[in-house]
Amino acid sequence: MQLVLEKRAERSNTIALISPLIAIGLTIVTMIILFAILGKNPFAALVVYFIEPLTDSYTLQEIAVKAAPLVMIAIGLSLCYLANAWNIGAEGQFLIGAVAGSWLAVKTQGTEAGHWVFPAMLLLGAIAGALYALIPAICKVRFGASEILTSLMLVYVAELFLDYLVRGPWRDPNGFNFPTTAEFDPVATVPLLVEGGRLHLGTIIALVVVAAGAVLLGKTIKGFEIRVVGAAPRAARFGGFNSNQLILLTFAISGALAGLAGIIEVAGPVGHLQPNISPGYGFTAIIVAFLGRLNPIGILIAGLFLALTFIGGEQAQIAMKIPLDVTKVFQGILLFYVLACDSLILYRFRLVSSSRQQVARGAH
Amino acid sequence: MLDTTPAALHTDAPPLLQTVGLTKRYGSFLANDFIDIEIWPQQIHALLGENGAGKSTLVKAIYGLIQPSEGEMRWHGEKMVLSGPSEARARGIGMVFQHFSLFDNLTVAENVALGLDGRESFKDIAARLEQVSSLYGLPLDPKREVWQLSVGERQRIEIVRALMQNPKFLILDEPTAVLTPQEADQLFIVLNRLKDEGRAILYISHKLEEVKRLCDTATILRGGKKVATCNPKAETAASLARMMVGGEIKEVKAAASRQITVPRLVVNDLCLEPDDPHGVRLQHISFELRGGEILGIAGVAGNGQDELFAALSGERLSQDPGTVVIEGIAAGHLSITRRRRLGAAFVPEERLGHGTAPRMRLSENALLTGHAAGNMVQHGFVNTAATLKTVDRATEAFDVRKAKRDPEAASLSGGNLQKFIVGREILRNPAVLVVSQPTWGVDAGAAAVIRQALLDLATAGAAVLVTSQDLDELSEITDRIAVMFHGKLSDPLPTAEASREKLGLLMGGSSLDPKEAVRAAGA
Repeated sequence: MQLVLEKRAERSNTIALISPLIAIGLTIVTMIILFAILGKNPFAALVVYFIEPLTDSYTLQEIAVKAAPLVMIAIGLSLCYLANAWNIGAEGQFLIGAVAGSWLAVKTQGTEAGHWVFPAMLLLGAIAGALYALIPAICKVRFGASEILTSLMLVYVAELFLDYLVRGPWRDPNGFNFPTTAEFDPVATVPLLVEGGRLHLGTIIALVVVAAGAVLLGKTIKGFEIRVVGAAPRAARFGGFNSNQLILLTFAISGALAGLAGIIEVAGPVGHLQPNISPGYGFTAIIVAFLGRLNPIGILIAGLFLALTFIGGEQAQIAMKIPLDVTKVFQGILLFYVLACDSLILYRFRLVSSSRQQVARGAH
Repeated sequence: MLDTTPAALHTDAPPLLQTVGLTKRYGSFLANDFIDIEIWPQQIHALLGENGAGKSTLVKAIYGLIQPSEGEMRWHGEKMVLSGPSEARARGIGMVFQHFSLFDNLTVAENVALGLDGRESFKDIAARLEQVSSLYGLPLDPKREVWQLSVGERQRIEIVRALMQNPKFLILDEPTAVLTPQEADQLFIVLNRLKDEGRAILYISHKLEEVKRLCDTATILRGGKKVATCNPKAETAASLARMMVGGEIKEVKAAASRQITVPRLVVNDLCLEPDDPHGVRLQHISFELRGGEILGIAGVAGNGQDELFAALSGERLSQDPGTVVIEGIAAGHLSITRRRRLGAAFVPEERLGHGTAPRMRLSENALLTGHAAGNMVQHGFVNTAATLKTVDRATEAFDVRKAKRDPEAASLSGGNLQKFIVGREILRNPAVLVVSQPTWGVDAGAAAVIRQALLDLATAGAAVLVTSQDLDELSEITDRIAVMFHGKLSDPLPTAEASREKLGLLMGGSSLDPKEAVRAAGA
C-alpha cells in the first residue's frame, strides 16, 4: 500500500473549516515533544498554557485585550492577502501609528486640552499607518518592487525611528533617563469599559472592525473586486477591476488598522510611548489571518486563540520557568501546520494498492 | 527496416500496438472504460470523439505519460508497461502534441536537440535535422529562433523532432487545428508518405471531413467508452457525428431575413503596439459592423486575434478615442466597464481564468461582468438575489447542466460553462457582442446551442463579431469573413464567396488581388 496525494475535483469546504483545528492539534503534539525535551512535564505545561488562563476573570479580560490588536491588524492583512498583495510590514505600521498618535499626546501634555484629544490620536494613528503602508504599495505599483521585502524592511525603519524619539526629543525629563515618554494625560488614554477592569474601548473597536470586514468582503462590490483580483487576476481585468488601485486600497486599509491598533495599545495598556510596545503583534497577526482562513469571523476566533498563547506563555514563564521564546516557537510551528494543512483543501490522501506498482517495477 | 506488409495480410502477425481492456480511473471518474484498440502498420487510424470522450487519456497512456488503472498494452503482441515517455520513444512511439513544447528564445536546432534522448553531438543533430526536413518536404531553417516562426512552422519542428527518432508509430493530436487549409493539405501529403513507408499513425481529430479523406480506420470514443471501429471512407460525416455525439445534432437555423441597420461597432485605423515582446502589433485595422450582421474573423492563432480582442474590449486602451466607436460613441480610451455601459458585451477565448474566476461561484461570475449595468450593485452593495437570478435565467435559456444551483465555475464541463458565459452576456441584451472562439473545445450539442444564440442575437438587431479558427463555424453563421494575418485584417468577403481556398490564401498571408500579388512578388 502507498499513500498518494491526489487533487480533488472541487475544493472541500469541510476541510477548509477543520484544517485549522488539525493544525492546532498537530502543533500541540509537537509542543508536547518539545516540552518533554526541555525536561518539563508536558501536560502540566499544556494546562498552564491553555487551561489556566481561561479560569480567571483577570486573565480572560487580558486575553480579550491582547486579542484586540491582533484581530484588527489581521483583518487588514486578510484584505491584502485576498488581493494577492503581501503586506508583511504590519508591525512597522503598528509602530508608526503609535508614534503619530503619541505625538499629539506628548504635545498636549499638561495643557487644558479637552476630550477631542483621544479621537484625534486615533485618527492620526490610522492615517500615519495608512501612509506608511502606502510606501511599499506605491513602490510595487510604480516600480514593480517586491512588497514583501519593502514592507518588511520598513518595520526596522519604524523600530529605530521610535527608538530615537523616546531616547531623544520625547524622553520624559523626569523619567530617570529611561527611554520613555511621560505617562499620557487622562484625556489621551483609552477609556476603560468597566472601572478597575482590563477591558477597554479597543476591544469594542476590534469587534466593529470584524463586522465591517465581514460586510465589506461578503456584501459589497469592493470586497468582490478584492477577492477576484487575488483569485483570478486576468478575470478581474476582464471584469474591469483595476488591480493596482486595489493593491493601494488594501495596503492603505491594512496600514490604517495596524496604526489604529498601535495607538490604542500605547494609549491603553501601555500608557506611554516606549521602545518595546509590541510583543510582535504585527507578525503574529499574519498567523492569525491565515489560521482564521482570511475570514473575519475566523480571524476573531484565531485572534483570541493566539492571545491565549501570549498569556499562557507569560504564565508558563512564571510558573514553570519555560522561556517566553517558546511562545514564538509555538506560533511559528502553528503557521507551518496551518499552511501545510491547507493543501488538504485542494488535495486528498488516498491509499493505493501497491500491486500495480510492483508490476511496473518488475518490468524494469 | 520497417515492417511493410500491407494491413490486409496481417492475419497471422499480431498488431503493432494493441490495448486490451485499458481502463483509467480518476477517483470515481472513468476517463477510459475498458478500451480495446488495434494499431496496424501502414495505416492512418483516426481517434474520434468529443471533448472529454477520453481521447487524450488514451494516447497519454499509450505514450507512457500516465499509467492505466487496469488492462494492458501489447507491442508486437507482447505485454508492454511504460513508466515514461522516454520508454515509449525507445520502442519507436512518437507523439506530436496539440500544444507545442518549444522554447521561444532558442533556435530550431536547439529545440530539437533538447527533445532528443540520445547522446548525438549538436552538429550531427543539426545536420540530420536538415536532412529529415528536406526529405519529407518540411522546410525548416535550423538557425532561426522559434519566436520568429509561424504556428505552422512550429508544428513542423515538433513533427521533424518526432521523425528524427524514426518512429514506427506516430501519434498526432489535433494537428490541423492551427493550420490553414493549404498547410493542412501539405501535412496530409507528409502523413500519407509516412504511411507508405510502413509506419502506423494515430490521428486525433474531431474534423470529420478530414478524417474521411485521410484515414483508413476510425475508432470512436464517447464518454470514455469505445463506441465503434469503422472505415471512415464508408461512412458519412453525419453518421460519424451521430456515433460521436450519440444522437442527432440540432441543425443551426438562420432566420429567413435579417434587417441590417445602423453601424454599431466601427474600428478606424486601429494600430497598437503589443505589451508583450513576442506579441503581435495591430496594424491599421478598420471595419464597420452593423446591427443585424455577423462578421467573422478567420486566421491562424497568434496573428493578432488576442490583441484585437483586448483592444476592442478595453482591456487595453488606445490613445486615440476614435479608433473604436461603439454605438456612435468614440470609445477607444474607455475602460471595459464603460464600454459595457455603452451596450457592448465580450466573450473571451479562455473560459477559466479569463471569462470566469474558476474557484468562484456562478453567481459571482455573473457579477463579474454584470456589475457594469443593471441592478446587481446598489450603493456599492451586491444584490445577491439579482446575481442568482441571472444564473437561473442563463441556466434555463441555455440549458446549462450543473450539479447544484450555484456551483463553482471550474466544476462545470467546458460546454456548459461556455453556455453560461455566452448566456450571461446575451441576457444583458447587448447591442454589440464580441466573441472569441465561441465553441472551442465544446461538445457538439453545446456548440449548436451557442451558434444558434449568436444568430438569434443578430436577428434581434445586435452586431456580432466572431473570431474563430474553425472555418466551418464561420461559414455556418457569418455574413462576411475577414482574415487576420500578422496583425493586419483583410477586407471582409461575403461568406457566400469565401471559399476555403480563398480564405486559406489570406490566412497564409497571400493577397487575393492579382495586381497586389504581383507587386508583392516583385518587391
